[in-house]
Amino acid sequence: MADNTTTRPTAAAPSPSAANAMALNVRNLSVFFGENHVLKSVSLNIAARAVTAIIGPSGCGKSTFLRALNRMHELVPEARMTGDIRLFGDDIYAPSVESVLVRRRVGMVFQKSNPFPTMSIAENVTVGLRLNGARDRKLLAERTEQSLRMAALWDEVKDRLHAPAISLSGGQQQRLCIARALAVQPEVLLMDEPASALDPLATAKIEDLILELKKDYTIVIVTHNMQQAARISDFTAFFYLGELVEFDVTTKIFTSPAKKQTEDYVTGRFG
Amino acid sequence: MNGLPAMQPTATVRAHGSSRFGDRAFKWLTLLMALSVFALIVLIGYELADGSRLALHKFGWHFLAGTDWDPVNEVFGALPFIFGTIVSSAIGLIIAVPISIATAVYLTELAPLWLRQPLTMFIELLAAVPSVILGLWGIFVMVPWLREYLFPCLQKTFGFLPLFNGPIYGVSILAGGIIIAIMIVPIITSVSREILRSVPGLQREAAYALGATRWEVTRIAVLSYAKKGLFGAVILGLGRALGETMAVTMVIGNTPQIVKSLFAPGYTLASVIANEFTEATTDMYLSALFEIGLVLLGVTVLVNALAQLLLKTFAGPGVKPQQ
Amino acid sequence: MTAANHHWRNFKSRLMQVVTFLCAILVVTPLVLVFYHLVKEGFSSINWAFFTQLPKPVGETGGGMANAIVGTFILLGQAAVLGVPIGVLGGVFLSEYGGTKLNWAIRFAADILNGVPSITWGIVVYALMVVPMHTFSALAGGVVLGMMMIPLVMRTTEEVLQLVPGGYREAALALGIAKWRTIVQIVMRTALKGIVTGVLLALARVAGETAPLLFTALGNRFWPHSLTEPIAAMPLQIFAYAIGPYNDQHRQAWAGALVLLLLVLSINIGVRFLTRDRFQRNV
Repeated sequence: MADNTTTRPTAAAPSPSAANAMALNVRNLSVFFGENHVLKSVSLNIAARAVTAIIGPSGCGKSTFLRALNRMHELVPEARMTGDIRLFGDDIYAPSVESVLVRRRVGMVFQKSNPFPTMSIAENVTVGLRLNGARDRKLLAERTEQSLRMAALWDEVKDRLHAPAISLSGGQQQRLCIARALAVQPEVLLMDEPASALDPLATAKIEDLILELKKDYTIVIVTHNMQQAARISDFTAFFYLGELVEFDVTTKIFTSPAKKQTEDYVTGRFG
Repeated sequence: MNGLPAMQPTATVRAHGSSRFGDRAFKWLTLLMALSVFALIVLIGYELADGSRLALHKFGWHFLAGTDWDPVNEVFGALPFIFGTIVSSAIGLIIAVPISIATAVYLTELAPLWLRQPLTMFIELLAAVPSVILGLWGIFVMVPWLREYLFPCLQKTFGFLPLFNGPIYGVSILAGGIIIAIMIVPIITSVSREILRSVPGLQREAAYALGATRWEVTRIAVLSYAKKGLFGAVILGLGRALGETMAVTMVIGNTPQIVKSLFAPGYTLASVIANEFTEATTDMYLSALFEIGLVLLGVTVLVNALAQLLLKTFAGPGVKPQQ
Repeated sequence: MTAANHHWRNFKSRLMQVVTFLCAILVVTPLVLVFYHLVKEGFSSINWAFFTQLPKPVGETGGGMANAIVGTFILLGQAAVLGVPIGVLGGVFLSEYGGTKLNWAIRFAADILNGVPSITWGIVVYALMVVPMHTFSALAGGVVLGMMMIPLVMRTTEEVLQLVPGGYREAALALGIAKWRTIVQIVMRTALKGIVTGVLLALARVAGETAPLLFTALGNRFWPHSLTEPIAAMPLQIFAYAIGPYNDQHRQAWAGALVLLLLVLSINIGVRFLTRDRFQRNV
């Protein structure tokens, strides 16, 4: 059971403005799909306003870990979890907490961009707000522009906000999905291999975007592209076969990792 | 990136009320609606059993063997109708099955590509033709033609068989069988087509690689592989045939009798209900008709269940992904 | 393998191609013949009177099937009111909720219902409604057609919803949208065309049904006045005229059949154009 060496949790720090406060505290998280023990007692802390990358070979549980952070693993019929996850001090798995509320505070962007096909660009951005009851047109319009700017998409689409969302290119659609996630103003943004389906140019745009976003958001990104992790993340966690092997500042993971397994993976000896 | 507004992420989108109630209510609502199918099955079974109580009580099993249908003296026996239903459905199947499967083969294996879609669509449209319209055509066009041309021709060639011996009226069990064939051909063709299409290409490729001709590939790789599914399609067609009412009623002659000649008028379970239900003057008469309905339901449900089982279990072998 | 054997096999292959082609022609022929005769016999009788007048008293010539046309639409409307909500919501359950065993049982039951002969539906609703109400009625006719629609619509709705990619559901849920809203405002909205298609096809199916109406709606020679009275419907009228002895009625039966067939076919064809459009979009 590997434990991390840095970033011991301080007492739950609710204020998100402290730069090195912890956004998420994960304690002994285990996830089971039926009989399958997919994640084995993972503990780590996600720093606020920083990018944390999750790396590891296929099947190591990184996507499952990510989805446990916004309770999306519950969509799998026989999913079970044990352990503790706190979002700025709030226990997101407390019995009284609805998963819906957690997901409004922790947003997610998926590998394959999925803007809703029956809606326009603007409608896609505001869908999270509208379907949760927001009606104020002024607020919606403001939030639309804000989110699209943050996703570096505003200039490209400001003249055709009512065009169907599926008329955008792949890279644009993914940035639209990011804008959509940002519009509900989450505290944390989870990204599951957001650029793996995109060409290098579009990927570069997304990476630049992440570097800008981390000034205001906590970002956790799963990626199978190690160079990407090295480029954009502040902290990196290496998973293998459901266990957290090593978690440290990114530069240390890639230049002088503590575990041999980590070193083997980042130097490409297996994967 | 051009200057992004520094935005304090705050969870301003607070809970728009709990979603728990909405989720639970919606789930129960849709569950209730889905359970309606069970309610309908129970309703059908109950009403038929209740309606046939009188007749069941009086006749018991003899109902199925009795050959007399005499409303005046309140003697009711279902055998002529069972006979008519079975014979007309059998004729329908004998005519329809080879033609349907051959057509399905043509559509999936042998037809030129540009022809497949339009032809398939055309056949699906045939399935949409209401029974009564086919019956109308049957009475005024098909039956006279049968009476003047086909039946005499058949009698001339096959008249030594008791099947084709006997006076020709036009309306007959054979006419009923032919019109059933026309009605069930679309469904057998459609389902067979789906079955044949689901045969994995690997089977065909293997046969081609052995130097087989197009027909041989079809026979060896496709048809024998799809046997079970095709059988299911045929049984499905049978289920349709048994319940066919309007078109059959209009051309079968509606005479309860058990005769060897195919040219003789007949009567089916569905037709007697259609014709006599509103004329049933006594409770016993009505109850007898309900019992006919019960027999018809029992037979069609069994046949359909068998068909569904065959079709569902067919999709096993070729469709499972390799491990 | 000799050359002669090769020739024989090739010949057989060609022969089978011809044979199956002829079978396909044979299959298509009845529809062509039916349509031909409908047009030949019925087209000339389709005039303004046909669409606006009531049937004349038995034996007299002329008149129309206006009340039957209206009656059919009234029955279809009722059937939709009963069949659409139950069928669609039931299909939603099958697609979005439920355990495998329960759903299998529901699907099986729906498939069984789809195989119940339409005349059986007729006598069931006769016992259920006509007897207690002491009258044949439009209401009973609407109910029986609606009941027949339920399993049809349920299965088509389920199939269409299953085609909606799971990614949309995930994206919506990840935004914190409640599951029921996700289903209604995202999933169903995406599948709307398909759902409507399924409903229209079911309506076209029951529009042509005669047997269940024989003992529920019964038929009527006059304008519909109340839902608790018998009502005319096109298939019923066609049937009554066809088996009657009067030539003039036969003529009108042909005309009615032509109109009914055009109605049913245009829904079927129209729906196919709608769904073909979707394929090109979904690349």
